[in-house]
Amino acid sequence: MNIQDMIEKWNSFDFEGYFSKVTDGDIGNALAREHSDEYDLLALLSPAADKYLEQMARKARELTVRHFGRVIQLYIPLYLANFCSNSCVYCGFSARNRFERSKLSMDEIESNAAEIARTGMKHLLILTGESRKDTPPEYIADAVRRLRKYFPSVSIEVYPMEKDEYRMLKDAGVDGLTIYQETYDRKVYSEVHPAGRKRDYAYRLDTPARGAEAGFRWVNIGALYGLADPAKEAFMSALHAKYLQNKYIDTEISLSLPRMNEAEGGYHAKYTLGDRDYVKTMLAFRIFLPRAGITLSTRERAEFRDRLLPLGITRISAGSMTTVGGYDVHSADVPQFEVSDCRSVDEVVKAIAANGYEPVFQDWVAL
Amino acid sequence: MSDNLILGGKEFRSRFFVGTGKFSSSRLIPDVVRVSGTELVTVAVRRVNPDAGEENMLKFIPEGVTVMANTSGARTADEAVRIARLAREMGCGNFVKIEVIRDMKYLFPDNEETLAATKTLAAEGFAVLPYISPDPVICRKLEDAGAAAVMPLGSPIGTNRGIRTRELIEIIIENSNVPVVVDAGIGLPSHAAEAMEMGADAVLVNTAVATAEDPVIIAEAFALAIRAGRMAFLANARAPRKEASASSPLTGFLGE
Repeated sequence: MNIQDMIEKWNSFDFEGYFSKVTDGDIGNALAREHSDEYDLLALLSPAADKYLEQMARKARELTVRHFGRVIQLYIPLYLANFCSNSCVYCGFSARNRFERSKLSMDEIESNAAEIARTGMKHLLILTGESRKDTPPEYIADAVRRLRKYFPSVSIEVYPMEKDEYRMLKDAGVDGLTIYQETYDRKVYSEVHPAGRKRDYAYRLDTPARGAEAGFRWVNIGALYGLADPAKEAFMSALHAKYLQNKYIDTEISLSLPRMNEAEGGYHAKYTLGDRDYVKTMLAFRIFLPRAGITLSTRERAEFRDRLLPLGITRISAGSMTTVGGYDVHSADVPQFEVSDCRSVDEVVKAIAANGYEPVFQDWVAL
Repeated sequence: MSDNLILGGKEFRSRFFVGTGKFSSSRLIPDVVRVSGTELVTVAVRRVNPDAGEENMLKFIPEGVTVMANTSGARTADEAVRIARLAREMGCGNFVKIEVIRDMKYLFPDNEETLAATKTLAAEGFAVLPYISPDPVICRKLEDAGAAAVMPLGSPIGTNRGIRTRELIEIIIENSNVPVVVDAGIGLPSHAAEAMEMGADAVLVNTAVATAEDPVIIAEAFALAIRAGRMAFLANARAPRKEASASSPLTGFLGE
């Protein structure tokens, strides 16, 4: 079954009805099993699992330490541009928002790179708005070639591309791809993406697979929590990750759990994923996918991020600026989202160490 | 009588190799080395950052201890070869653990690519220790390719499940002309003792030490277990059997 059919099948599943019947025994079984299946995942995401949070946390921590050790990899984002041809109702970069757009020149990219490199960061994630016209694949490839002089690892979070384009970026030095489905709920997807190429739900859903087929070493996926029912989103994204993990065995698959923050445009999230449910979701991910990476951004508050470290996180951003080229030139640009953890790289490194983990700057050999 | 291990032209008194990949801090390494008596530690080249100054992992490895670079992160023979060469340029010496993994879900090594990398690197003068799924046929080929040892997995990496591949490792030990180092899956000192009792020449432990609540104490426990297991092997300790061995034989009346 391909991912489209799989998501389609589960989209018609009666989540509420199933959740209402989950018993303590189902949760006990899900926690006891070595290899959990989709129904175990549902049990762990159900309201009945709320009172088992501590047991879930213990299992998740044990699995994480066993498979990843006590290390946390660090990365830092760099926004290259904020031009966008889509009208996502929840995003600060939406084409509907009127503000002066900007895009870094190659020299500006290098000067930002030099500033970031001074912090010791080695893993860089570059981002753009979703405009092929303003930031074509060749622009991104040129940027990557410049950035690879400073960073052994450069990954991308940009608009979906064709497999050949991803191959070209891989050859330029890109090693990883982040692409969020935003929401797995087809109806909501259509509502929150009223115009632009991003309206194509199926094309976006197949994007991580195209990245894996193009040879990216790792692919990071997820939903943006706030658009649709969080439990369903969590279930679908974990299912998607498992599908990718089983099909592309030589690609590292990881998940993110971004919660919607305030952005330009004044969209208010329709659903809230509270802290307890956020933790429950992350623990369920770890138990369902023991070897998947889990990435945490600066969307979350500093003290909350520190608490999450022992529970399943494998990769964390630090010192992030979400405006275009915010590390070098004075930037009054509109951010894509508000950063909640404004600590410097040094401060985050100290917090990781204080929690008994080793911050890893370099987890890559630049070949 | 000396019972030292000769590996890649070097003599080792300790048969305990320690991996450094999952420690909560590289600062733990000197204490682990001290209590364990290990004389060989593995270092993932992808983690070595020469620009990191005092945080450079290599700085935490005490003098006199052999560094064995590992090629973790490599997914092909070609990548493993390039990583090994890079490691030598960085000053990691010529001991290299070939680790080629394409299966990111279970982390099983790719024996075919590992063999290809071993051929190239052994010819270039590296002391090559290939990490493999325990296949006696591939072990013979690795030996022919010039491997300094073979390193079959006891169970999947990081699982701490012990020597689940015992039958195969026994065959490998029986037939190998190079040292056999059991790598991966050893979660408890008793597992390490079992490997040594079976006749393994050494064991390599990472996860079980690095992720224990007290890595220093467990490292010492492993060192003791490895020594005990080796002594049992040397004493030719009798394996357990299902039938009783009568002290008054039933056919004794027949005489000599």
